[in-house]
Amino acid sequence: MNNEEVLHEKPLVVHDAGHAIHEHHHQSFITKYIFSQDHKMISKQYLLTGIIWAVIGGFFSVIFRLQLGFPDQTFPFLEDIFGHWAKGGRLDTEFYYALVTMHGTILVFFVLTAGLSGTFSNFLIPLQVGARDMASPFLNMLSYWFFFLASIVMFSSLFLQTGPASGGWTIYPPLSALGDAMDGSKGGMDFWLTSIALFIISVLLGGLNYITTVLNMRTKGMYMTRLPLTVWSFLFTAILGVLTFPVLLSAVVLLLFDRHLGTSFYLSDIVIGGKILPNEGGSPILFQHLFWFLGHPEVYIIALPAMGITSEVISTNSRKPIFGYMAMVGSFFAIASLSFLVWAHHMFVSGMNPFLGSFFVLFTLLIAVPSAIKVFNWLTTLWKGNIHFTPGMLFAIGFVSLFISGGLTGIWLGNSALDLHLHDTYFVIAHFHLVMGVASMFGMFAGVYHWYPKMFGRFMNHTLSYLHFWISFIGAYFIFWPMHYEGLAGMPRRYYDFSNWESFKMFGGLNEFISITAIIVFAAQFLFIFNFFYSMYKGRKVTERNKNPWHSTTMEWTTPIHPPHGNWVSEIPEVHRWPYDYGKDGRDFIAQTEPVGADESKH
Amino acid sequence: MIAVMKQEKKTIHPLKFIMWAGCASIVMMFAGLSSAYIVKRNQANWLSFDIPVIFYYSTAVIILSSVTIMLSRKAFINREMKHYKRWLFLTTILGITFVLLQYLGFKQLWASGITLTRNVSFSFLYIIVGLHAVHVMGGVVALVIMYLKSFSRRRKNYNQIYIDLMNTYWHFVDLLWIYLLFFLLLIR
Ligand SMILES: [Cu+2]
Repeated sequence: MNNEEVLHEKPLVVHDAGHAIHEHHHQSFITKYIFSQDHKMISKQYLLTGIIWAVIGGFFSVIFRLQLGFPDQTFPFLEDIFGHWAKGGRLDTEFYYALVTMHGTILVFFVLTAGLSGTFSNFLIPLQVGARDMASPFLNMLSYWFFFLASIVMFSSLFLQTGPASGGWTIYPPLSALGDAMDGSKGGMDFWLTSIALFIISVLLGGLNYITTVLNMRTKGMYMTRLPLTVWSFLFTAILGVLTFPVLLSAVVLLLFDRHLGTSFYLSDIVIGGKILPNEGGSPILFQHLFWFLGHPEVYIIALPAMGITSEVISTNSRKPIFGYMAMVGSFFAIASLSFLVWAHHMFVSGMNPFLGSFFVLFTLLIAVPSAIKVFNWLTTLWKGNIHFTPGMLFAIGFVSLFISGGLTGIWLGNSALDLHLHDTYFVIAHFHLVMGVASMFGMFAGVYHWYPKMFGRFMNHTLSYLHFWISFIGAYFIFWPMHYEGLAGMPRRYYDFSNWESFKMFGGLNEFISITAIIVFAAQFLFIFNFFYSMYKGRKVTERNKNPWHSTTMEWTTPIHPPHGNWVSEIPEVHRWPYDYGKDGRDFIAQTEPVGADESKH
Repeated sequence: MIAVMKQEKKTIHPLKFIMWAGCASIVMMFAGLSSAYIVKRNQANWLSFDIPVIFYYSTAVIILSSVTIMLSRKAFINREMKHYKRWLFLTTILGITFVLLQYLGFKQLWASGITLTRNVSFSFLYIIVGLHAVHVMGGVVALVIMYLKSFSRRRKNYNQIYIDLMNTYWHFVDLLWIYLLFFLLLIR
């Protein structure tokens, strides 16, 4: 099957342009917008669902920040929203945990995995490698609908009488395995597990497609060494997902058996409510191993696409080739492979053998090397560049800044000796929110601002974008920087109220400050959301003359302003060069599709 | 255009590649379970078990079904559609037989006191064998669909790709079972 046939998984001739366009005029609303098999539409579906989830997940964090910042005040409006979970305007303690759990689950899986990699792998892979669509558009559509189903299940768990899952997004047993332990381990936990099982299927279907499309469906001349770094990052992300999510699935299956069929994989010697449980021989540590075997690569599943987008946006807007292309690819490879060997750094205090721990310390610290290579390359690409501060570029630079700030503390936490003190404190919260949470969010914003003209054929409003950037950027540091001090002082994460500790009283004002900033930053995100939807209908139109608005070299800008299903109306262009010919031989940029001239210098 | 097609002929078919990568992903799932199994095996409170004899019969059945699906593919390539349907039908029956035999094996285990919850070793046995059977059942569903489609008058399609994919998957679950059987025999 070649590129032309793939659209309908049966022979389709698109040789003459008229015929191909004609075919797509007859799409009904349902096949065009809902059960679409067009990777561009699926990408928008992912993005839209991701935005909705981000609002919900972000809103939850604002609610629990209210509790943390103002533990002795009441907020009557909370009772209007949450009913018996916020009696008298005070969050119920169990519901506080539910909010924390849902915030983590939503942001990690639904926003930064599906929303980020789902959106941009879908949108950019076929467009940038020169394919008409994914290897299997049908499986690709299924991938979105499994994600949608997972979303529905997770969302409905919010409305259960006993509330959603509330054992933390890591759902460690025995707490999560025993419905008698707390309300959040009752029905909500089953919904959580079902939803994640569906989500895993979605990731697998999507990932298989991404890998295959990159490896098999590239247009003529698009050698692997000519792939934009975005595509490389999506490839490694998909490989990580396909190899690690199945392990989470086995962990989930075992947990379901423990919950409902009386097995003892994770349970042993438990007394609950004065009653001795019959379970014997299980080990909760087993769950932690299985969970973190996915859990650590998961942070790279989140971070790699943001890195790829950042590389592309920075190079384009510095008008310079990316510094060290092969080193970038190599460091992607190194990060992806090392990420399989470090999972136990989340378990230093679980009672594991300290000698085993030192093995994981070594590999964890080794990841700093490829990460530092990437940072070095971004900075050297910016160095002496002719920088265009587009909104996408600002967010990409913001990503680099946040990645450095959050990455450095990773070196602290990766040491098992230091981790004894810092484990489960606000230091950890600060670390991973900066390096993977906010940073990847910034990568996602960079991507949306940069490719919005390609996605919707219109521009977003720049003033609103700049406002959005500066509030988010300064706000992110104001929120998470102080948490380092709290964590160093030993303030534990996930606690409902710190006012009982004399030693943490000094942080009262700081917590208030963090909460207020969090509310402002959350509000600022509506600048983006308004801009996003408003520009879809009212934004300045992309015209034929500026249909490559950032003067990029990559292939997606050679398609029509509104690409049809199949992307290119006539034949797919051939590729003659790598994607980073910026400022070469006195020319601003040379598109990948332009043949190499006779007297052109080598890059 | 012709040049593009020529170049792409040399590479592996995308759907086949998806199948292979999908198999790798299933392998990871069982790798997770087997490593958990091995770790548990080396801890206290582990009861050994005997593999029921029925599992050897089911092994023979699934190996035989691998042969029949190969024959169906061969018949398809030679355009012997009657033979193709017959072998496909036989493979489906053998697949169902395999799952039934696994179920009988479970019943035998249960009767001999090896119940799901008595010991974590038994729980693992049920889960690993059961999850494999689920994957076989998925294959059986695909086989049934293929078999029904072979009667469709509308589709006179001689596209070989689906029978190729089915072959790959079926051999995969076959090999996976042989691996799991040896694994359970050697480490218990
Ligand atoms: Cu980690």
